[in-house]
Amino acid sequence: MSGERHDVGPAGGHEIDIDRHVRVYIIVFVSLMALTLITVAVSYLNLPVAAGVALALLIATVKGGLVACYFMHLISEKKLIFVVMAFTVLFFFFVLLLPTMTDLDRVGR
Amino acid sequence: MSTAIIPYTVEIRPDTGLNNVKIGIWLFLASEVMLFGALFASYILLRIGAPSWPEQSAILNVPLATLNTAVLISSSVTMVMAWASLVRGQLGRFKLYMGGTVLLGLVFLVVKYFEYSHKFHVGNFPSTSTFLAIYFTLTGLHGLHVLGGMVVNAWYVWPGSKMWRIDRQQFTNRVETAGLFWHFVDLVWIFLFPVLYLL
Repeated sequence: MSGERHDVGPAGGHEIDIDRHVRVYIIVFVSLMALTLITVAVSYLNLPVAAGVALALLIATVKGGLVACYFMHLISEKKLIFVVMAFTVLFFFFVLLLPTMTDLDRVGR
Repeated sequence: MSTAIIPYTVEIRPDTGLNNVKIGIWLFLASEVMLFGALFASYILLRIGAPSWPEQSAILNVPLATLNTAVLISSSVTMVMAWASLVRGQLGRFKLYMGGTVLLGLVFLVVKYFEYSHKFHVGNFPSTSTFLAIYFTLTGLHGLHVLGGMVVNAWYVWPGSKMWRIDRQQFTNRVETAGLFWHFVDLVWIFLFPVLYLL
């Protein structure tokens, strides 16, 4: 039996305009490759430490955002998933910031 | 007739608007964010607290790592195209793209093998310095995740693809779920690469 369901589409709702999705995937792929080359190029610029770190992490965040939003379909996902990930990011910042705050005299040395 | 005995495996649950598999994998990925996040945080704290820190790009192979970044990004594309092929009802195309994803994962691990073996050859071990310890921990754990993802993806090419004949929607959802894990592995590397190799 093919197991066709009536309460959900063939692929959980994503079957709507899959061709448009595929075009987006190709655009995101090209963007990710370009941003990778930019990341490497920027590392050769000998920027000040803070600027170099900030720029590298900004580009990585943009790349990560593209993967999450379009490959992982997060941009069209239900609110519950956002809430789960928002809590996770919050907890991660606590994990990162609390030990750092107890050792502030070492930061920037 | 459904072969699933757990409710809302494919059907959408009215209160959440999602099937349980989707929620489950995102919860698992949230735990993985904490795992890698804790290690990233360890790297930051170790580096800012160290009296000195080696020039990372001088010890590591940036061109190889750049190649590996391109390899993983490409594998994410083939992964999502594998899922899109199932949405389009094309099992043959799915096997091609999923096989490509597994192959690219293998390329990544082979490159990693060459990187690691060269380091050991020149005497750079995890015990050599704090930087190398956290480098091998982060990339080693990430490599294990790549391997795990590859095993699951390879199973879906064959014999897992037999489910296509029984329940197309459930099989498509399973592949999407495997894809979410694979994209996460790519996402971790997107942050690992600049942090370890370029900064």
